Amino acid sequence: MYCSSWQFWSSLHKGSSGRCPWLLFPFFTLWLFAPPPSQLSRCDWLCVMTRSDRVVNCSCDWLKSLDLSRVTAFSPAEDRFNMAASLRCFLRTGKNAVSALQRREFHRSLPAAVQVTVRDALNQAMDEELERDERVFLLGEEVAQYDGAYKVSRGLWKKYGDKRIIDTPITEMGFTGIAVGAAMAGLRPICEFMTFNFSMQAIDQVINSAAKTYYMSAGLQSVPIVFRGPNGASAGVAAQHSQCFAAWYGHCPGLKVVSPWNAEDAKGLLKSAIRDDNPVVFLENELMYGVPFEMSEESQSKDFTIPIGKAKVERQGTHVTMVTHSRYVSHCLDAAAVLAKEGIECEVINLRTIRPLDVDCIETSVMKTNHLVTVEGGWPQFGVGAEICARVMEGPAFNYLDAPATRVTGVDIPMPYAKILEDNSLPQIKDIIFSVKKTLNV
Amino acid sequence: MQNMLTIISNALCRITGRNVLLIDLSEYVSLTSPAAPVLAQTERQPPKPPPVSTRAPAAELVSSQTDQLDRPGSRVVVSRSFADFTPQATFDIKKCDVHRLEEGPPVKATLTRDQGLQYYRIMQTVRRMELKADQLYKQKIIRGFCHLYDGQEACAAGIEAAINPSDHLITAYRAHGYTYTRGVAIKEILAELTGRKGGVAKGKGGSMHMYAPHFYGGNGIVGAQVPLGAGIALACQYQGNNQVCVTLYGDGAANQGQLFEAFNMAALWKLPCIFICENNKYGMGTSVERASASTDYYKRGDFIPGLRVDGMDVLCVREATQFAADHCRSGKGPIVMELQTYRYHGHSMSDPGVSYRTREEIQEVRSKSDPISLLKDRMLSNNMAAVEEFKEIDIAIRKEVEEAAQYATSDPEPPLEELCNHIFKNDPPLEVRGTHPWATLKSVS
Repeated sequence: MYCSSWQFWSSLHKGSSGRCPWLLFPFFTLWLFAPPPSQLSRCDWLCVMTRSDRVVNCSCDWLKSLDLSRVTAFSPAEDRFNMAASLRCFLRTGKNAVSALQRREFHRSLPAAVQVTVRDALNQAMDEELERDERVFLLGEEVAQYDGAYKVSRGLWKKYGDKRIIDTPITEMGFTGIAVGAAMAGLRPICEFMTFNFSMQAIDQVINSAAKTYYMSAGLQSVPIVFRGPNGASAGVAAQHSQCFAAWYGHCPGLKVVSPWNAEDAKGLLKSAIRDDNPVVFLENELMYGVPFEMSEESQSKDFTIPIGKAKVERQGTHVTMVTHSRYVSHCLDAAAVLAKEGIECEVINLRTIRPLDVDCIETSVMKTNHLVTVEGGWPQFGVGAEICARVMEGPAFNYLDAPATRVTGVDIPMPYAKILEDNSLPQIKDIIFSVKKTLNV
Repeated sequence: MQNMLTIISNALCRITGRNVLLIDLSEYVSLTSPAAPVLAQTERQPPKPPPVSTRAPAAELVSSQTDQLDRPGSRVVVSRSFADFTPQATFDIKKCDVHRLEEGPPVKATLTRDQGLQYYRIMQTVRRMELKADQLYKQKIIRGFCHLYDGQEACAAGIEAAINPSDHLITAYRAHGYTYTRGVAIKEILAELTGRKGGVAKGKGGSMHMYAPHFYGGNGIVGAQVPLGAGIALACQYQGNNQVCVTLYGDGAANQGQLFEAFNMAALWKLPCIFICENNKYGMGTSVERASASTDYYKRGDFIPGLRVDGMDVLCVREATQFAADHCRSGKGPIVMELQTYRYHGHSMSDPGVSYRTREEIQEVRSKSDPISLLKDRMLSNNMAAVEEFKEIDIAIRKEVEEAAQYATSDPEPPLEELCNHIFKNDPPLEVRGTHPWATLKSVS
């Protein structure tokens, strides 16, 4: 570790923006005693640098796109490169981080398929919808002049101005009510919550003022609004900032609840949500913001939308159906790759929409594979997985099950802070693999 | 009618010895309540023009023989000819306390005969409708919540007189009066209370959830309507249509945190929002002194200018709302108004209303400051209308409310097929889970 740290410092010095490295020395002495890199995941270095308050995290742009064949140990060289890159990233917080990949600009014609981060896809979706319909506007904390707490709305205020991109004070209940009122009066707001944890302060406006109104008024008063923001666990932000709200919002009639995974999902579903005449809760994931995905040519068009309420089969399989949403689609695909080496072919379904749930897709798959495993980050009790299991039991697919359905969920505790505790509070790839094998009884 | 007038004019000719001209003006004054647009089928219909008040005042039609007919014997005979009434009068109204304003609304208000009759009609209709709801509730034909508005009619009538139908209004659950002034027919209101398909919301909303074009309810959660109202004002500002939003809340809601959040943003962005606190002295069973550290609700906006208004005088309310609307429309930002008013009923029908206040207090307000009596006495003492006229209006309104109640009790309940409709707008039909897995219900937008 000591000799590698020398190499680390030199690569850091080469890449740094001219600041004196020795000023940073105290911060990084701890790293000399850090655990061997092979046991840490890509995002771990990021955790060391980020703080748990509401400050923008360095984007993970330096991550390469998912390579399914390399799941476990990294090479020491790659680790040093990653450490140095993330430090450069940290030093340049506030400006665009170094990216080894192409970044799409607005309104430029492009080659066929391109790598786009989830953040940029969301940005594009909002930009295109703001341009398309004058009634659309964005409001939330730090969305305008700060370019967005997680930089999702970067550049929009410069382009559209104060009228369409509105910075609010830190008063969730107030500005959510204002957004809902504006929607009632004919506009189409996008209400951003810095994280969905803060939406709890405004949940009365979301449920009682937005979700129920069309029904209570028997169709006289509609509320075309989108509530969006990061949902679920982040990295090291502890209990009050890590709750998953998919089950809470998914419980309520009158709401549509959407949970995208990759960049295409993000763009297509956000565009659909904004064009929808109903209240839509759009659950993003902070850890996915910086992850690049390939976007097809079709998805780069300004009219590309994905219908709300339809799931997607990300990977075909024959032995077991894995139903999941958001970040855990990646985990399931990784687990499926590992299991494929052992001859177990998993079918991975990306739910895309939590409410209304695409039960038909799940049932068709279960009737083919005869086994069901649900994977989510939220708590198990009364969660998304619980609902899927209940629906499968009530439908025709039950007769095709060869084993009880299994739910892989977050641990039923408030999220702890310490790294090791946090890692073990959420489903890991090994947990998914274990559950699949148990379900298949192998 | 013509014959009668001829006979009368002949008789008068003999009595007075002069030529008497009697003009039949009955078609100019409608004695029934304003017609309401059909709301149940469509959404966002353009509001109907206001009734009556813009018609030619009777002043133009008064003959020069006004004084000739002012004899005791002739008073009964000329009850249908409006020639001897004062067309217009100016009244002194109570000065409003102001907060952060250099001057308040004017202390004199002009009332024309037509306006007076119109306000009387509106207030009397709301009164009778609320009393009919009370009756129906006691007969268990109305169930659940029923928050009655009698005693506070001057607020609804005065506010509506000062704003345009294209302006917006949102209030809390004591909403029947505003539902009426914003254009919904009495029978639709009562049918909604009784939960029938002819109700405003087809029986799905109930007492607290009635909607109309530019009227956003009817909100059950105390205080939630205030940020909504600020949002509606934001939409007005965004669209640049010179409209204002009147956002009402009570003395109980005045302590809600979300109100102050809304005040902050409304003042920051200069939203055209009139925040009106209807202070009826009791938040459910808690008097204002026991609930609020500061009972000067018009000052609670702090950096927002405020007015304290006598809410039992319809002219006071009208002048103050006019002042407030002008303030907002000129781009100066929001304004807070406190209307000091009183409710005769308890908080809701399950509250007798006498455990936290005395019957003497209620009686005193009824005898000294009843809004309808105040207006009526004003008009009578200034010879703007006759007692019989008011009696006729009362009879007509009673009849109308009775018919509406009849409709509300006889209309069928909504069909079960409608149970799951209106979950989403503009969506393809979807399946809704029923009480058990075999009950598949359909929802149509």
